[in-house]
Amino acid sequence: MTHQAHDNSYVSYLDYKGKHSGIWAWLLSTDHKRIGLMYLTGIMLFFVAGMSLGFVMKTEMLSRGETLVDAQTYNALFTLHGVIMIFLVIIPGIPAAFGNFFLPIQIGAKDVSFPRLNLFSFWLYMAGGVVALSSLFLQGGPIDTGWTFYVPYSLRTNTNVSLALLAAFLLGFSSILTGLNFITTVHRLRAPGMGFFRMPLFIWALYSTAWIQVIATPVIGITIVLVIVERLFSIGIFDPALGGDPILFQHLFWIYSHPAVYIMILPAMGVVSEIIPTFAKRTIFGYKAIAFSSLAIAFIGYFVWAHHMFTSGMSDLARIIFSLFTFLVAIPSGVKVFNWVATLYKGSIEPRVPFLFVMMFIFLFSIGGLTGLVLGNLATNIHTHGTYFVVAHFHYVMFGGTVIILFGALHYWFPKMFGRMYNEKVATVSVILIFIGFNGLYFTMFILGYMGMPRRYWDYLPEYQLLHTISAIGAYILIAGILLMLHNLWKALRKGPKAVQNPWGGVTLEWTVPSPPPLENFDEIPIITHGPYEFPEAKGVK
Amino acid sequence: MFTGPSTYASEVDSIMLFIVASSVALLLIITVVMIYFVFRYNKKRNPVAENIEGNTPLEILWIAIPTVLVMFMFYYGYVAFADIRAVPANSLKVKVLARMWSYSYEYENGKQSDTLFLPNGRATKLDLISADVNHGFFVPAFRIKEDVIAGKINYLVLNPKELGSFDIACSEYCGLNHSLMYSKLVVIPDADFKKWLSDMPKDTIKIAGK
Repeated sequence: MTHQAHDNSYVSYLDYKGKHSGIWAWLLSTDHKRIGLMYLTGIMLFFVAGMSLGFVMKTEMLSRGETLVDAQTYNALFTLHGVIMIFLVIIPGIPAAFGNFFLPIQIGAKDVSFPRLNLFSFWLYMAGGVVALSSLFLQGGPIDTGWTFYVPYSLRTNTNVSLALLAAFLLGFSSILTGLNFITTVHRLRAPGMGFFRMPLFIWALYSTAWIQVIATPVIGITIVLVIVERLFSIGIFDPALGGDPILFQHLFWIYSHPAVYIMILPAMGVVSEIIPTFAKRTIFGYKAIAFSSLAIAFIGYFVWAHHMFTSGMSDLARIIFSLFTFLVAIPSGVKVFNWVATLYKGSIEPRVPFLFVMMFIFLFSIGGLTGLVLGNLATNIHTHGTYFVVAHFHYVMFGGTVIILFGALHYWFPKMFGRMYNEKVATVSVILIFIGFNGLYFTMFILGYMGMPRRYWDYLPEYQLLHTISAIGAYILIAGILLMLHNLWKALRKGPKAVQNPWGGVTLEWTVPSPPPLENFDEIPIITHGPYEFPEAKGVK
Repeated sequence: MFTGPSTYASEVDSIMLFIVASSVALLLIITVVMIYFVFRYNKKRNPVAENIEGNTPLEILWIAIPTVLVMFMFYYGYVAFADIRAVPANSLKVKVLARMWSYSYEYENGKQSDTLFLPNGRATKLDLISADVNHGFFVPAFRIKEDVIAGKINYLVLNPKELGSFDIACSEYCGLNHSLMYSKLVVIPDADFKKWLSDMPKDTIKIAGK
């Protein structure tokens, strides 16, 4: 515990000098930690970009009619906000940044199975980001289709749809290759003694996610290629004017994009299962239930896609079947929440910053999950479909769930990754601001949606004015909280006090290596003799 | 227990109330228990944690109870939904014509209108037809919507039981003026409706007779 970072006994992965120097020492590095850190940098930059677009959108919605931007610009704004947040922030998010960094360390490996492929995935991610950004500035202008690219509108608009789709295609490949790498790493590189049921639950979550990435992502790749071909050559696959079927597109799109929701949330659930035992100082309640619920979510998640299409005119039978499966997928998520809360029972809890993020997550994610029941129910879905209710629901799940835990993971592993500590008081203030702002911004949207405010609207009726104003004020508080949080971390990065090896008293393997870790993580590969969360000081440890 | 402009709208609100009430109860239980544990088992009060690896009866209980609860939710939604898909035999038929960015309505006798006039107390089957891209025919007060898909005719059934004027919106993104694509539904007494329907300007009759 007294091991100080940057002592002279080892060279950390940050200071290590290989055959390349300067920026190339990073861009050509196959070290999983450097790659994870590069992803993290990209993800945070894109997050700030997406948040800025959100800021402009909420300001536009402050009053009726044109407040800041015209309708065409607004349509491009919500499209870009969606594309950036989904394809460049949330999907790569936790697996690419923290998965890359901690998966090998948590299973006692020196790196992932295919380090070069890992670097290639990162390059694809960058290429996808560059193509997405270039679609803004090239002739044609920023796309205005919504992130769902629904045909026939996406075939008719003159904006840069093909380029944006190409970006999504590249990012999809990056995601597939990362998934492949993680599956192989989990199967082949676990330390001696680490059976599947001795793996940390973060690894279980990454493993389940990786399977979805590998199996579901090719579907979106094919769909994207078909839309591009349809735009270029008017073949008649999706375009009803040429005998194509726009509903076919919706099926193909959601066959990927619904499982993708679980690509986004499962890794966050994994991080929660790490943080809770560390701050409760006891083993997780129902390890196997949590591990299997990840697999159950990954599996059932394939069979619920058409709940995004309850109003598209599908057969009544299809609507009923997909409604049933949608309710079933709620169960394993509920199981996880109950197990997390039960883990606090008879713990010895120290509610420090990462734990506060987890408490916020449990509250916000529960609201997101429970409002999913309103959307799974056929009668209430029909009314709320395509309204602000849906916008509120998926922000509670994706932002209140995944992104809040992205922030939580950042605060949990920050001292390990950088060997420095942030100011916990400032971080706590930012947590409170984020919590208040978040609920002001998004809870109002549930009410707006049930009142009948459709989504993707640049203008609105006078009766929605008050709630839109409250929502915008919430957005400003939220953004203030996030900026404070980023400022605090930035300051810590530059001149924060040195972090010890194990600041939280965690027991998974990353806390047994120095902060920041050396190049190949372990001098000697550890031998695993027990489960991941056995705190020696807790009562009842075998 | 709710009064809406149609029986179905009141039904949707009752189901909503049921789901929201169960959800609030669950959310409160989760949140209160979590916060209680954080205080009760705080490091200061409880310096040594106890390892509890799980409890199978408890796990079964919290799988079983939510499963039963969501099956009820599914069932109520299914029943109410099946109701509005059935088209009553004597229904009036109206075509909804959606284009970027407005609605118009065509009645069986060929009369066209920019406002959807419907008789009170009688079911109407709306055939949804798009001239260009996808739209979403949405009448918030009646709690109903259905997408208007290019190249495909969807339908929905409206069964008003209250006079009044209600907003119709477009709920499926359709480009530049999507947010301005509003129209009105006006429910009038049956006798007035019959009079309105037969009262056609000459040019409309000519078009219809072609």
